Amino acid sequence: MGYVAIKGGGNAIAGAAAATEFLRTNQSLHDAAAQPLAINAVGHQLCRLVDRIVSEGGVYHPTYAALAIKQSLGDALEAAFALRAWRSTMPRLTATPVLDTSRMRLIRRISSAFKDIPGGQMLGSTPDYALRMLRMELLDESPEIFRAFARDWLKGFADDVDADLPDSFPKVMDALRAEGLLPPVDKDRIREAFDITREPLVFPVPRSAALATMARAETGSLLAMAYTNMRGYGDIHPTVAELRVGYLPLLLPHPVTGELAEIGEALITECEVLAMYGADDNGGIPTFGIGYGACFGHNEVKAISMAILDRALQKGMKDGPSNPSEDPEFVLLHVDGIESMGFASHYKMPHYVTFQSDLDRLRTTQSKAGASQ
Amino acid sequence: MSPHAGYNFGFLDEYAKKEIRRAILKAISIPGYQVPYASREMPMGRGFGTGGLQLTLALIGADDVLKVIDQGSDDSVNAVNLRRFIEMTCPGVSTTTRTQDATLIQSRHRIPELPLTARQILVLQVPYPDALVVVEASEEKRKTMHGEADYSRLLVKLYEDIVKFNEITISHRYPTRINGHYVIDPSPIPRWDVPELDHSAALILFGAGREKKIYAVPPYTKAQPLAFDDVPFRVEDFRDEQGRRRGCHRCGCTNSFLDEFTDSSGKKLYQCSDSDWCDGQRRSPRE
Repeated sequence: MGYVAIKGGGNAIAGAAAATEFLRTNQSLHDAAAQPLAINAVGHQLCRLVDRIVSEGGVYHPTYAALAIKQSLGDALEAAFALRAWRSTMPRLTATPVLDTSRMRLIRRISSAFKDIPGGQMLGSTPDYALRMLRMELLDESPEIFRAFARDWLKGFADDVDADLPDSFPKVMDALRAEGLLPPVDKDRIREAFDITREPLVFPVPRSAALATMARAETGSLLAMAYTNMRGYGDIHPTVAELRVGYLPLLLPHPVTGELAEIGEALITECEVLAMYGADDNGGIPTFGIGYGACFGHNEVKAISMAILDRALQKGMKDGPSNPSEDPEFVLLHVDGIESMGFASHYKMPHYVTFQSDLDRLRTTQSKAGASQ
Repeated sequence: MSPHAGYNFGFLDEYAKKEIRRAILKAISIPGYQVPYASREMPMGRGFGTGGLQLTLALIGADDVLKVIDQGSDDSVNAVNLRRFIEMTCPGVSTTTRTQDATLIQSRHRIPELPLTARQILVLQVPYPDALVVVEASEEKRKTMHGEADYSRLLVKLYEDIVKFNEITISHRYPTRINGHYVIDPSPIPRWDVPELDHSAALILFGAGREKKIYAVPPYTKAQPLAFDDVPFRVEDFRDEQGRRRGCHRCGCTNSFLDEFTDSSGKKLYQCSDSDWCDGQRRSPRE
């Protein structure tokens, strides 16, 4: 009987959880040496996935991100969701002052606007020029070679290599601004950032709310929105002034002295794009438009997408949107992975009552249509 | 370590609960107005009742008796899941399946058949908080329309339905005007339940987690489904081909909302959607 299907819901839920746990552990049935996946191994060998999860989860906790990846069997949407749900129970204790990204401990930095930039281009780790050919030797990797590579690679550097590094790298944008090619910074407009975890988005929203929403957006959703603008539903035509990846020192006032003290660092990706100039509304000289993207972790496609959308949204907020990617509601209410995946999943829940209601309407309408024919 | 170690009573931190309670007070003060709130992520999917759940968790105290239903049933997987989560994170709270024993009822898609009382609060889970979304996609524009009580485009939609189909085709989520001003989406309850909103003795709260809105129909407040003088609002029709009202195959009740389904022999069956009501009718049909 149909009614029985929704009886015993508790057992069904417990059974589903057990079936998932079996999937996670059943390797041990045909591989006696099977080990549970070490959180440390996820953190190191799947670091790009961890980067994505800290970014979409909206909290910089690489260890819990790795845990979320492990317990969700590598489902990125689910992992970001679990981390975000943990985050949402944490009280907000304080906020840092505006942090200076020129002080980042860089692991990578490029500009596509200039051949050379003050401080130098630094390719770092990137798949950009890698040949995407499957590395068959990794199918059965030798642990000895695995360990030897890291050790030998470091031997290629002098012991005091850190000593030669400068404390900061100048921003490409600063040089352009000094030349008058960018709009001047309006110091009066620097105000407290909008906290999307404590306030709902009520449109129109300030730019900081848009940036915060995009910083924890689902990577694929953000990319798709930005790609519409890149392809033709928009005309940002960006040039990457600078893309940098590195560890940003986090500063807080010392509880006793009040002086700013470094309390740690977070791996972030930052991207600044220049957009083709338009006429200045106030009759001033035209300048390049700027788009800004930044997020936790090493997520370059996300940071670039965000920078393009920031530019598009600024344009839409000023002139009214002429494309979907310039419409703040369209972009900001549809890029959060936790919200969109939750709602897509909810269609699997019972809808007997509403469907009964739909049946009533269709049958009544059909019988009226039949009677009048 | 227990699975809920390290979490506050009611899962949410106290700041979050306070914010929600303030939003509830505002919602009661302006009947039908959608109050925006931050809406925390919950450990179940957006769309599974996170808005209703946040209301419940912000309101519940150790002396409350909670009932959770989904599609009218206490045993539906989602109802079980929500109840289990609340039991886990609110130690000391009692739960029940009996409508009359509950002080707090969280529901998806149904209002219980048994009339609610002044000492009860009903929390409804809401996927789409704004009745105007069917005619206007932009939230910014809808906000202005609500402020001006401009529901002309919604009425035109109803009128066009009548022109095209000789019938208003809205099956559930029927737009309902509260206290003569704001039109609400009363959540995906069937039309059958809409009259229960009008002058309800119980406080009825609506929580949309994903869309981050809270609204209310306060006790003894006017709630009128949109209709025309010559085309009145109508609830679902459960009459058979001979015009007789169908009854529940299990308890025989002929004045409850029915679910239809087909048994393994291919026969169509009708049964009360409200499982507690159905059980009550079987115990004492005249209750």
